[in-house]
Amino acid sequence: MKRLYYDIVVIGGGPAGLSAALEAKKNGVEKILICERGSSLGGILEQCIHNGFGLQYFKEELTGPEYADRFIKKVKATDIDVKLNTMVIDVLDNRKIIAVNHLDGLFEIDTKAVILAMGCRERTREALTIPGERPSGVMTAGTAQRYVNVEGYLPGKEIVILGSGDIGLIMARRLTLEGANVKGVLEIMPYSTGLVRNKVQCLDDYNIPLYLNHTVIDIHGRERLEGITIAEVDKQLKAIPGSEKRIKCDTLLLSVGLIPENELSKKINVQLDPVTKGPIVDEKRRTSVPWIFASGNVLHVHDIVDNVTVESEIAGKAAAEYINSQLNARKKRISVTHGDNIGYVVPQFIDFDDAAEKSVRLYMRVKHPDRDVSIVVKDNGGKVIANFSKEAVTPGSMLALPVPANLLRSDLDNINISIMK
Amino acid sequence: MKTDIIIIGGGVIGSAIAHQLARYNLDIVLVEKESDICMGSSKANSSMVHDGYNVDSQKLKGKLVLKANPYFEKLCKDLYIPYVKNIGSIVIGFEDDDMKVMKEQMANGQKNGVKGLRIVGKEELHQMEPNINPEAMFGLYNPNTGTINPFELTRALAENAVLNGVKVLLNTEVQGVLVKNQKVEAVRTNKGVIGAKVVINAAGLFADKVAAMVENIDFEIKPRKGQYFLYDKKWGDYVKHTIYSSPTKISKGMIIVPTTEGNILAGSNAQLLDDKEDVSTTYEGLEEIYGKIISRIFPKLPRMGDVITTFTGLRAAATGEDFIIGYAKTVKGFINVAGIQSPGLSSCPAIAMMVEDLVRDLHYDLNFTEKGNYRIDRPKPIVLRDLSYEERDELIKKNPDYGTIICRCETVSRGEIIDAIHRPIPATNIDAVKRRTRAGMGRCQGGFCGPRVLDILKHEMNISPLEVTKKGKGSYVLAFNNKDLSLQEARRDHEKIVL
Repeated sequence: MKRLYYDIVVIGGGPAGLSAALEAKKNGVEKILICERGSSLGGILEQCIHNGFGLQYFKEELTGPEYADRFIKKVKATDIDVKLNTMVIDVLDNRKIIAVNHLDGLFEIDTKAVILAMGCRERTREALTIPGERPSGVMTAGTAQRYVNVEGYLPGKEIVILGSGDIGLIMARRLTLEGANVKGVLEIMPYSTGLVRNKVQCLDDYNIPLYLNHTVIDIHGRERLEGITIAEVDKQLKAIPGSEKRIKCDTLLLSVGLIPENELSKKINVQLDPVTKGPIVDEKRRTSVPWIFASGNVLHVHDIVDNVTVESEIAGKAAAEYINSQLNARKKRISVTHGDNIGYVVPQFIDFDDAAEKSVRLYMRVKHPDRDVSIVVKDNGGKVIANFSKEAVTPGSMLALPVPANLLRSDLDNINISIMK
Repeated sequence: MKTDIIIIGGGVIGSAIAHQLARYNLDIVLVEKESDICMGSSKANSSMVHDGYNVDSQKLKGKLVLKANPYFEKLCKDLYIPYVKNIGSIVIGFEDDDMKVMKEQMANGQKNGVKGLRIVGKEELHQMEPNINPEAMFGLYNPNTGTINPFELTRALAENAVLNGVKVLLNTEVQGVLVKNQKVEAVRTNKGVIGAKVVINAAGLFADKVAAMVENIDFEIKPRKGQYFLYDKKWGDYVKHTIYSSPTKISKGMIIVPTTEGNILAGSNAQLLDDKEDVSTTYEGLEEIYGKIISRIFPKLPRMGDVITTFTGLRAAATGEDFIIGYAKTVKGFINVAGIQSPGLSSCPAIAMMVEDLVRDLHYDLNFTEKGNYRIDRPKPIVLRDLSYEERDELIKKNPDYGTIICRCETVSRGEIIDAIHRPIPATNIDAVKRRTRAGMGRCQGGFCGPRVLDILKHEMNISPLEVTKKGKGSYVLAFNNKDLSLQEARRDHEKIVL
């Protein structure tokens, strides 16, 4: 078996892995390797041919492949090594990685630090246990996106989309443009779970109806999908008897949530947050295993890629500081907890004193939509130490909170984030 | 086409019969109406190998399951079939009433010659199954219950038969049986007429329909529907034995089984149907299973989320609730193997032997000498995840396709998928690849690997992506090329959902 050595191994060559590797390089790390399981760098951006990427980070509007290409070009201009079609199958306690590809075979990599950037996967029909028959024509929106945008084929012509997640909304528009009839989008929650701009630009502009409080309760067709039964749901999300309606369609796309892909993280006993389903990290995006960092959708599902990039730069820089022994621990670890109408906050801890950083950036999502609210940061005594007002909050959009570093007193051991009216 | 013996049905029974007879100098054709073998009851069941402790030894199915059990170990070794011989089973008792039934079952098992049965008390039960509901009081432990991969069992039997000269014709549906002078002459299929001296009806759920092609029959096959949950491998270690709910509630009780692949399988209820192809799951059915067994015995197993899939199996239950194995009453050369419900999988070697005797007892001019070049095995399927790192590395050096991972959830390589497409029984669609390699059987359910598997099938079979199916006829995955303007021109209403 081949044996390699790198200072940092980045697992995943999507937007998170690319920015993390670049930032580690910028901070003086010599030998960096990106392992990417796909046949090209860029990750899922390669199939996201719509625009809207980069508005925050580059202050211009790019398509997914264009956004990825900016980082791919930069990586190629450095001496960062890239292995494509390479699957990491294990990460071991002794800082060893086991990976496989068709050129190197199954090989070992010794390293000082690892950055997890594996991204996420889509929730399936099966995971929701939607009953019914099991024909072809039922697939996740991301799979359909690959068929349409990469392979050049349409999955069907009469399409219903379950779930108002962003990929589903994007695909509603995409399939319409390719000539299919998107009959509607169903969302079990009382609000759209995607970005507001996607609802407007992908559904409203094309007269595609969105039905809230509705779901699919049965699937019909023995060979190919022939139809579905939909129903309205009550507050407990249970189908309301009598509201059932049968809809004819040949394709059902699911856009019902993304799940950080942490199978590798579990193997090495990285502690996971039950809400985000990603690793528990501190503000440097360091996990419970000191030499393992994580960023991007493997950590928590982001709304826009710009936020993935910013977060991954934090992780990349921190991994460099870690192997150069430049991390400066606080006297007391601060735990970051949350209260009213906050679903989660990342990071879950603040561990370091970093004179170069004026603020600590917290990402969070609310549980349900609201208007004219304050996001309140309280210290362990319950005293409000920071307050950010917001016109509107919705679960579909992440909130980023820069908490000024000077507010994080050395005697603090907890801060709590909540929404107040 | 002319042959000695036609076997109708490529389920575990048809395949076991083919495997049994393939050792002789006989000309054998197996016909299967679906695009793959093992498409009916054989692929969707509890995957247990019963030793027969709870059967009525006076019934044919009781006799055969007791006879068959000792054959499994060698069969699975010869044919490389995933089989856990002694995982053991526990019937879980919650109430005093359950004890009475367990004692009866134990006595029945002892009468059937099964060894090692015993009642375990609360403390031992909770040691054996640490994650079980704390309210569980006692259990009936049977160390001899095994689990098997039912698809691999069927495939291995069929592949061995093919390697020994049996012709397997897929997508071939029997439409009639030609009889002359009260003797079988031929079988008429959608692919043409096949002449034969002996016809063996192993048509599973459709065995009554096929039997009725030669004479009036006095039995009917009623599908009995059972639904199952399959859990993510991360729960694999959570259940240590195959678990029965107490049999007082419904028939033999529902089951929770750690599969040979490391998942947890839980099911199933029983619902009589008329429709032999209704493999739909229902909300009520899934609620019943979750409520009555899963949450009752292992309360921490979730209702959804870590569920990899749910599915339905149809048991081919005959009138009389016993196996029907024997000659047609009025036509010579026609053998029915019908009503093979549980414990059919566990009985298949003995059923095949019984069928061999029936064929011999026809005293036809058939050559029952053994083949000189008979092979007892099949090429061992390469399964990379079962190999050591060094072994995998060696294989990749010989064939780099084993180094390209296509299915990330189950780590299945391109090489394994290509192998499956070119095996003695070829995989010709996405589900067929999945059953053989587990590509798409993991937690993403083919979300990532589906397009890649489709691409490999297209390439290896030299067909258009539009011709690749999920599971055979009609189940196409892709409908149009993006640039196919007929879609734009097709007369379609742009009807939306209106509520």
